[in-house]
Amino acid sequence: MSRQRVNLPAISLIAPAVIVLLAIGIYPLLFALDISFRQYQLTKQYLGTGYVGFQNYAAVVNDPLFWQSLLRTGQFFLLTVPLQVVLGVLIALFIDGMRWRPLSFLMRVLLVVPIAVTPTVVGLIGRLLFNRDFGFMNYLLSLFNVPPVSWLGEPVPAMLTIALVDIWQWTPFVALVMISGLSMISQDVLESGQLEAGRGWNLFWHVQAPYLLPGLTAVLILRTADILKLFDMVFVLTRGGPGVSTELVSVYIQRVGFRVFDMGVASAQAILLLILCIVLSRGYIRLFYREIEA
Amino acid sequence: MSARSHSRRGASRHTFTYLWQGVVAVILIAAFLMPVYWMITTALKTTADTFAVPPVLIFQPTFDHFRSVYEEGTVAKSLVNSLIVATSATALSVLIGAPAAYVLARFNFRGKSDLWFWIISNRFISPIVVALPFFLIARDLRLLDTHLALILVYLTFGVPLVVWLCVDQFRAIPREVDEAATVDGATIWQVFFRINLPLAMPGIVVSAILAFITAWNELMFALVLTRAEARTAPVEAANFMTGFGIRWGPMMATGTLIVLPVVIFALLVSRNLVRGLTMGAVK
Repeated sequence: MSRQRVNLPAISLIAPAVIVLLAIGIYPLLFALDISFRQYQLTKQYLGTGYVGFQNYAAVVNDPLFWQSLLRTGQFFLLTVPLQVVLGVLIALFIDGMRWRPLSFLMRVLLVVPIAVTPTVVGLIGRLLFNRDFGFMNYLLSLFNVPPVSWLGEPVPAMLTIALVDIWQWTPFVALVMISGLSMISQDVLESGQLEAGRGWNLFWHVQAPYLLPGLTAVLILRTADILKLFDMVFVLTRGGPGVSTELVSVYIQRVGFRVFDMGVASAQAILLLILCIVLSRGYIRLFYREIEA
Repeated sequence: MSARSHSRRGASRHTFTYLWQGVVAVILIAAFLMPVYWMITTALKTTADTFAVPPVLIFQPTFDHFRSVYEEGTVAKSLVNSLIVATSATALSVLIGAPAAYVLARFNFRGKSDLWFWIISNRFISPIVVALPFFLIARDLRLLDTHLALILVYLTFGVPLVVWLCVDQFRAIPREVDEAATVDGATIWQVFFRINLPLAMPGIVVSAILAFITAWNELMFALVLTRAEARTAPVEAANFMTGFGIRWGPMMATGTLIVLPVVIFALLVSRNLVRGLTMGAVK
């Protein structure tokens, strides 16, 4: 099935998208690249905006706060994603195996709710639920005679707070991805699998798990990208604090750019982050869009 | 005898399965909806009820917080701004993205894989990477604090989303439809607008809704590019956290007003949400 060659009217249909791509996709990136080689402090305009070579990059590489924010982002990943995957798979297996189909369908629909809630508002709700004095979380703990925790006032609890909130919001996403993997298994395969492997763990490992693998790969790459992007929920919930204890990489770069106003250094950081994002998306494309890229 | 007792045991095992699955389902639903429920009830509680320890579950609802939010005006204005920006960005994304998706589905050309790469990679690039240059460019063009700046910036995720979801939709339309129309003398514009666009409408609507949700929920660009005039609802909501004495009631009322429309939209397209979030890798 060979496709049509492109002609002028076809170009006119795709031209707007290409223009947009160049104007707001490529140009800003080149702009950022340019600034990353300049001195560009918004609060010290008198210094000018001359080129400084790799000075900004050197500053970034030698900036322990930048590396700490990346490390913290990695810790956040380890705190959230493994649990999201385990819980997501368990919830998917449960919903997929439910006897009463209408309830199974209802749950699938309701799982969408946490994903859709505006992350900014998720941050506000977090402030409410994790409030030290009247928050719901400390009330829950008090039922087990645990003294109130200052969730947002101390480094480790604050990190746990943003992790718990992220787990609440994104476990349903993992579950929905896994459900669509499970729904790929035909009834025949499932029944013959049950004859051979029985039920429970064996059935899961030998029959169902292989169908979950593509979804799992997608989840791991997308969650990595989303955690590198994560800004709004953390910004509202903790502002990166107390101190810098919850300052993930995007929050840190935002601070350097828009609260310290050092555009040059922030751009250099952004370019380094961009490289990481491109590597990720390359991998994603290679894994999921083989036929299209070829 | 054995058959009867067997079936009775089977029936009771069935009942047991229904029962424990029902209980787990209720616990899961409660866990995933509780934060939203808590937000809405806090918006409806008196301030005294909000601070009550242990929390009050049954209370006399009041609309005072919604009223005060409405009367102050800044929240209402920010919701209007959000509506203007998200709707315009969505409309433009569809207008630009749908024809491009059609061409990508039907034609081969040089640079196609590059275009494709850009469309996918947008899902991965952190907004902070482009927020810095967008701020400086908007400042130079005197577009800071305007709807236009945000609308244009929101095309960076709107257009890729629409293109991605619609390419699939156009591929599903048989090529023969196009060929028959071309033989009858229709131009490609007519083939696209008169034949393919109506047929692809379901997919286009879904992609528009997802683009709207993303634009409506966006914070970072709005925070950087707007001040007072074009400030969107998420920025307004985030602002509740600055200053002294958090006003929990109005804050949660604002949150409820922001979240309600997107949750309804998301429920409408719940079957396609995952496809949108994974750029089609998971159907």
